[in-house]
Amino acid sequence: MNRSNEMVKVIRQQRRLGKNILVAAVVIWFFFMILMPVFGIIREAFREGLDVFIAALTAPESIHSFVLTLWITMATVVINTVFGIILAITLVKQRFRGKLFVEGIVDLPFAVSPVVAGFMFILLFGPRGWLGSWFEAGGIKIVYALPGMLIATLFVTLPFVAREIIPVLKEFGLQQEESAYVLGASKWQTFWKVTLPSVKWGLAYGITLTIARSIGEFGAVLVVSGSIINKTQTATLHIHQQFTDYNYVGAFSAAIILAVASFIILTTMQRIYRQKGVD
Amino acid sequence: MGIVVGDISKKFGDFVAVDNVSFEVKAGELVALLGPSGSGKSTILRIIAGLETPDSGEIYLTGNDVTSLATQKRRVGFVFQHYALFKHMNVEKNIAFGLEIQKQKKPVIQKRVAELISLVKLNGYENHYPDQLSGGQRQRVALARALATEPRVLLLDEPFGALDAKVRSNLAHWLREFHDNFNITSVFVTHDQNEAIEISDKIVLINRGRVEQYGSARDVYEHPESKFVASFIGQVNVLEAVVRDGRINIKGADATFEPRDGEKLQTGDVVLLVRPEDIELVATPVSNSLPFTIKTIHYRGSHYEINCEVGDILVNVIENKNNFIRQQWSVAQNVFLSFKDYRIFTAEGGHEKVREKLKELGYIE
Amino acid sequence: MNKPGFLKSLSWGGDLTLRSLSFFYVGLLIILPIAAITLEALRGGLGSLWRNILTPQAIYAIKLTFLTAFFMVVLNVITGTATAWVLVRYRFPLKNLMNALIDLPFAIPTVVTGIMLVALYGPKSILGGFLNKQGIEVVFDKPGIILALMYVSFPFVVRAVQPVLQEMDLDMEEAAKTLGASSFTIFRRIVVPTIIPAILTGAALSFSRAIGEFGSIAIISGNIPFKTQVASVYIYGELESYNQQGALGLSVALLFCSFLILVFLNRLQVWSRKHEQIQ
Repeated sequence: MNRSNEMVKVIRQQRRLGKNILVAAVVIWFFFMILMPVFGIIREAFREGLDVFIAALTAPESIHSFVLTLWITMATVVINTVFGIILAITLVKQRFRGKLFVEGIVDLPFAVSPVVAGFMFILLFGPRGWLGSWFEAGGIKIVYALPGMLIATLFVTLPFVAREIIPVLKEFGLQQEESAYVLGASKWQTFWKVTLPSVKWGLAYGITLTIARSIGEFGAVLVVSGSIINKTQTATLHIHQQFTDYNYVGAFSAAIILAVASFIILTTMQRIYRQKGVD
Repeated sequence: MGIVVGDISKKFGDFVAVDNVSFEVKAGELVALLGPSGSGKSTILRIIAGLETPDSGEIYLTGNDVTSLATQKRRVGFVFQHYALFKHMNVEKNIAFGLEIQKQKKPVIQKRVAELISLVKLNGYENHYPDQLSGGQRQRVALARALATEPRVLLLDEPFGALDAKVRSNLAHWLREFHDNFNITSVFVTHDQNEAIEISDKIVLINRGRVEQYGSARDVYEHPESKFVASFIGQVNVLEAVVRDGRINIKGADATFEPRDGEKLQTGDVVLLVRPEDIELVATPVSNSLPFTIKTIHYRGSHYEINCEVGDILVNVIENKNNFIRQQWSVAQNVFLSFKDYRIFTAEGGHEKVREKLKELGYIE
Repeated sequence: MNKPGFLKSLSWGGDLTLRSLSFFYVGLLIILPIAAITLEALRGGLGSLWRNILTPQAIYAIKLTFLTAFFMVVLNVITGTATAWVLVRYRFPLKNLMNALIDLPFAIPTVVTGIMLVALYGPKSILGGFLNKQGIEVVFDKPGIILALMYVSFPFVVRAVQPVLQEMDLDMEEAAKTLGASSFTIFRRIVVPTIIPAILTGAALSFSRAIGEFGSIAIISGNIPFKTQVASVYIYGELESYNQQGALGLSVALLFCSFLILVFLNRLQVWSRKHEQIQ
């Protein structure tokens, strides 16, 4: 080979070196920033040995908090899925004044700080609140009790399902439905057999996001619930309680459970997201 | 002093894209790199531009060895198949880009851009953005942009590929005129043989990374040097035959004819390539004609395509409109074909081998 | 399609039901709470609201919130863009794994994030101890806040820029090369202008998240007034002290900022859609 080709090889090697440095820098930074902390809690949770770890996890307030988180999450998923679908269908298929406003408003929970969200619901449903005062009169506690926590969680997770379904419905829903009507299907039949299946992956993704957020919700629920041990403490509140009481093993062990749950949710999210893209 | 491509080779992994390709483009010529999809012609063009580096071989532009020179320094003008206009810049800024890189002064840039815009007849569109222009207009902006920096050579990669037929033809001729005005050494890649024949000075036929033939359009069409070339440019009938006692026997036709004036042929298997327009159709036998029957007739506007058969041989004949009207050919009519011109290739390895080769190239099923 | 009169009114009724339910859902969960807090804040008059915001502690909290958020956004834009670039343009081992893990901060509860960072950078950890000796306090000081904000907002910029880089026409960059542009010039004049809208979107989302972030900061910062107390924590403190008035000022200020950011994001979307018309 002659001189020209030799020079070409040198230039190529130089370019490759630059690339490799950049890639290495990014990967190292990522590993350090995002992954190391995860390893950190594993070490801390088991610092005092396996039995202490298990004892912390099986303590009554710990178990209660996980169960509470589970209930709230399930209820949130059911309610927000149903209403999310209703909202999506209304926004995509109907025309009415103020539609754009409603569409814009759906994104609002993303922008509101959790503490402020909790505060809003205290004002609304608290014992002296606009609506709260009526419930109070009827002897029903909303704030500092389960209903309030549920409402707060509904708020922060509201956009997920709707936002995932709306674009899919806009693109495919209408044409498919019209074919169904032409073939004689009723509105209800069309809904179950055509509309719902067409958005199933978007729906699944939205539900997964809802679950992740419900489990992880902290600020709003903290404010609304009063964080009463064994009564209104979710898993995240429990972690916070343990930490501020200097029960580090208690805090870290519960944190690990949630972190594991998050990983599982994350991988599910990824898999569903890919399926969504395929369709 | 134009472009010299010196024995270039390039592999992508195990795939040989370019295989010892050499050719020359004389200063001021407009040359077409013609070949089927995947033949490596675009790769060769990109190597000339420096967008790919060859595994071996050299490139010379206006006499200088540029093989190890980066694209930025080669001063080539390149027009991409999908124009590659800068979407976030308007027409003016697109064209000015190269000049700004050269750090030319503002007034100089403005003047040149204005000149080019008039040249490509896009006056009034200076502030338009690419997404507001039609395909043909975008193509012209791409051309103006490439020429702004006064490059040594102009390279175009399937410049008309993304346009529809009428626009394509107009633009192709416009490009030729344009080229004649400026005499800039140019190479364009195309898979459309009509384009190549219509506007280029020379054609380089590329197949599977190799140069099949290189010459003027007439040379390549009238004197194809291989079966590939003959079948790629223009339509051609492929017939197997045997030469015996100095006469050509078409296999399966049970008919023989004498070769052209005094051509002496070796006894053995051969392959005949006959262009549809080189076959004469007559109602009564003449010397050296073969009996066929008309199978189907297709109207093509300016001419008719007539499929004739005998045994299981099918031959395509082109008959112009006036002849057809005069002769009143009809389906199932018995006719006689006489081959006015053809190419003969010896079938090395026998007919089977040849058939395989032709099947590989996609010219027979 | 001509439906018999009775069926017509039935479907009309169905539509109305859907719309009513949607209004109820969005009204109860979003419009009412926002109205409640806004009106409550205005009840005492703009004057007292302003006074609440202007207490020294509140002012410090706001400044700290915006400064840390801004700082984090700058860091996030740089690292996020570099990460997106590396993920889209290069191939390297473990790339798919890294791509999947980018979303991890979205899946992990914010308290768990706070806990992880404490485990990794707390005074008792190797890293934390080392940094402390250099005079850098992470936990219970400002670096910790920025760290936490970076973690929870990291995916925003990456995921905003990634698809744009992916869709980019490499042709444009090659064309620039033939016109003589160096790699740096190509990046500056071709790539950056194309991804700026995406970067701005990611930045705005990060910023919005940052000013409202609570969980992770509540754990890692120690919530020390005039040192590490951000707006959300200040609000929480006021609520815990039954000082709703104090909390109102900052809450409304934060809401107003969020609203501005939402409008900005919306305008950005519209602008970029206008420029992305026919290919």
